Amino acid sequence: MSALTAVVAINTFREAVRDRVLYNLVLFALVMIGAAILVGQISIGIDRLVIINLGLSAISLFGLVMAVFIGVGLVYKEIEKRTLYSLLAKPIGRQQFLVGKYAGLLLTLAVNTALMTIGLAGALFYVGRPFMRSDLSILVAVYLILLELALVTALALFFSCFSTPMLSTLFTLGIYLTGSFAADLREVGDLTRSPLLKGFMRALYYLLPNFHNFNAIAVAAHGETIPFSLVAQNTLYACAYVTVVLLAAAAVFSRRNLK
Amino acid sequence: MSTPAIEILGLTKDYPVGFWRKRTRRSLDHLTLEVEQGEVLGFLGPNGAGKTTTLKLLMGLIFPTAGTARIRGRSIDDVGMHRAIGYLPEQPYFYDYLTAHELLDYYARFFGYGAAERRKRVGRFLEMVGLATAADVQLRKFSKGMLQRAGIAQAILHDPQVVFLDEPMSGLDPVGRREVRDIILQLKQQGRTVFFSTHILSDAEMLCDRVAVLVGGKLQGAGAPGDIVSMAVHGMEILFEGRQGRELPRSLAERAVHLGGRYRIEVPEDELYATVEHLRTCEARILSVTPVRPTLEDYFLRLVGREKSQSHAVEVLVR
Repeated sequence: MSALTAVVAINTFREAVRDRVLYNLVLFALVMIGAAILVGQISIGIDRLVIINLGLSAISLFGLVMAVFIGVGLVYKEIEKRTLYSLLAKPIGRQQFLVGKYAGLLLTLAVNTALMTIGLAGALFYVGRPFMRSDLSILVAVYLILLELALVTALALFFSCFSTPMLSTLFTLGIYLTGSFAADLREVGDLTRSPLLKGFMRALYYLLPNFHNFNAIAVAAHGETIPFSLVAQNTLYACAYVTVVLLAAAAVFSRRNLK
Repeated sequence: MSTPAIEILGLTKDYPVGFWRKRTRRSLDHLTLEVEQGEVLGFLGPNGAGKTTTLKLLMGLIFPTAGTARIRGRSIDDVGMHRAIGYLPEQPYFYDYLTAHELLDYYARFFGYGAAERRKRVGRFLEMVGLATAADVQLRKFSKGMLQRAGIAQAILHDPQVVFLDEPMSGLDPVGRREVRDIILQLKQQGRTVFFSTHILSDAEMLCDRVAVLVGGKLQGAGAPGDIVSMAVHGMEILFEGRQGRELPRSLAERAVHLGGRYRIEVPEDELYATVEHLRTCEARILSVTPVRPTLEDYFLRLVGREKSQSHAVEVLVR
């Protein structure tokens, strides 16, 4: 990442902080405190499972909401408010700007996720459970959630380059939901007799990002180890997919006439 | 011969219009213009003339349909060229969650200045545009005039060789306008090239080495303000006060315009002395006698009027 890209990224992070985006952490903290108290009263022996499940799901959901709703406005807002005009008159290329915006939101999501993970650890501590080696899989699950958010952010940014926030939200969430059921799409295709439908479903399976692979919440909640091969494979997959989406975004944005 | 600061060669911009976006509307039509280094050029034209389109093309914010341009010999597609230019957009809007100091510091980072240099520059330019006392105020609390000042500061923060200002006086009070005029003159004294668009013709007359007039996307003329408008005297304007309790003679009263206790009368040059004599006999107090010359405004309005009548004629033909 070049120095100019880092300048844009840090400003994007600062914008999120000043726009009180991190206030969602208060809501997350309330959910965690509520869950810890409730679990302490009603569950015997499954407190770990419930807290980790709830905590990781909340981290994923809160992150997803942030990635989509901030991501779809990343470029659009700069064009609409014309803040981009004076910026692009500086010696920074459109691609550098785009990568900077992406990195800035990713930084925001990483900080947000890290703070929520600390909150989850606090809730686990509150229910009086000692930390074990198997808890490392919680951190791995969090890492996979971050990879998923990196992919969602790239998609939101891509749509933000040429579409309104409302349409971009629909497109991004549409791809996220379809991508979460990518394996099911292939299975549906395999069950049909129509070669055309089968081919279409397979094409969707390979084209859409497979979000299901990033979900290791249940594995972490049960204290099982997440295989390293899965982590490595998902990391490579996310990096490759994000690169392709960002290149597509750069191709669209570098030709765009700013109104 | 030195390279021109700005070379615009047949720059044309069409915008797609209509639901299917198949038709186009020409916003700028083969604009060719050169600006020498150290020159202040006023870019004049009514609303929709293509002034902002030209500036956006030069800044690479939009892309030309045809033609090209170079700034200090480098293509406008060259991002590195932006080190040498500054740009104030029309009605600028900035990150309103930043303070004025943070905004300028943010922009200064794109030029690779260290922390100490940034602090020095930011302080100096905030002072220059009269925002030193508002340095730590968030831009969301700024008035339009203050935003304009912040915009000017960010445009010249890095001592650019060529400065583009889109309506720099817009939204400013008379004091602010004067300060911006002083900044432009200061830039000129430093040998920088200034290309600014404006509606305010008196500012252009006062500041510019040359003006270029754009109407309907077409360049109508370019040259020194004195060359563009004829300097021939059209008549003489006399400003006078009548004597207390004494009526003006009808011959004068019919031609004079009453302006709050004073009168203004315009007469042909060869009638000046006779009129002055007449006023003396009426015991009027002559305040000033000024030659009447056509202004840039007259030239400008004539061009706009001609363009309108031509487009009307085209409309009639089309029907």
